[in-house]
Amino acid sequence: MRSAWRTLDRDLLRSIVLICASVAMVGISYGASAAAAGFPLWLPAVTGALVLAGSSEFLFVGIIAAGGNPFAAVAAGLLVNARHVPYGLAVPEVIEPGWRRVVGTHLMNDESVVLALSQPDIARKRAAYQLCGLGILIAWPLGAFIGSVGGSQVRDVGAFGLDATFPAVILALILPRLRDRITLRAALAGAAIALVATRYLPAGLPELLALSGLLLGT
Amino acid sequence: MTGHRTLIVGAMLTLAAGTFVFRLAGPLLRSRVEFPPLVRRLLETAAVVLLTALVATSALTQGHGFAGYARPVGVAVGGLLAWRKAPILVVVIAAAATTALLRLAFGG
Repeated sequence: MRSAWRTLDRDLLRSIVLICASVAMVGISYGASAAAAGFPLWLPAVTGALVLAGSSEFLFVGIIAAGGNPFAAVAAGLLVNARHVPYGLAVPEVIEPGWRRVVGTHLMNDESVVLALSQPDIARKRAAYQLCGLGILIAWPLGAFIGSVGGSQVRDVGAFGLDATFPAVILALILPRLRDRITLRAALAGAAIALVATRYLPAGLPELLALSGLLLGT
Repeated sequence: MTGHRTLIVGAMLTLAAGTFVFRLAGPLLRSRVEFPPLVRRLLETAAVVLLTALVATSALTQGHGFAGYARPVGVAVGGLLAWRKAPILVVVIAAAATTALLRLAFGG
């Protein structure tokens, strides 16, 4: 596997390091806000490692911290994470057979999938997906743990502009795919639908609804 | 919080298990059913559409409302640099710096 990682070009390796660093920073803020809400110190890190899907965890912890029903928190988190189904349908080849399958499946997230989509062949798709996925598997829970123990200064990611890094990274990696006219039309229609839907629907649903943009594009 | 800690841990494990099932579903279906090339292409386009929508919602919205100007302007600067083939390191730093400076200047 390590030799496969060598096939990735330097810019891509740097992007993976950068993605993991910014995931860790957001993890610190996640851990800090969970600890401030009274959750046990180990919980954000353990949740981070087991759920491994940041936005659903923020929502889950936030709903419970606000006194919400844990069942409602699970439902809200699952709704946000439903997008992993279309991700898996799009890039099933990144997951290797055998015992690696379980780990490979767990590594699926926005960043690892967008990196896989950005690569030209199966070997590099797999290498990018796995390296990024493993990096996030380390960076996210570690950040969460540091945040919950440290009661950190980074509780407000806004002051550093860190909230802009996630959409910027995904946009940069998806851009080459949008050069295709039909894809672009579907993607823009989907984004418009999602933006309107955000006003009325719970988190996660607008992005799924964006898939109807496919009908307009194709 | 300690009163229903077991319930919270149970809820967290349910979320983890459910998320794993979502991650498993796509590859499992693709290994069982052979889709024609047209459908395979459509499924890849679907992921691109989904990710683009995610960029739009995470750049522009916070909860059910507008996220303020600082974040989308930062993302747009990053996107412009990416379009001009700048390395991702430059894209990310420019996006974060633009957003941070706008907040510093205008407090939004």
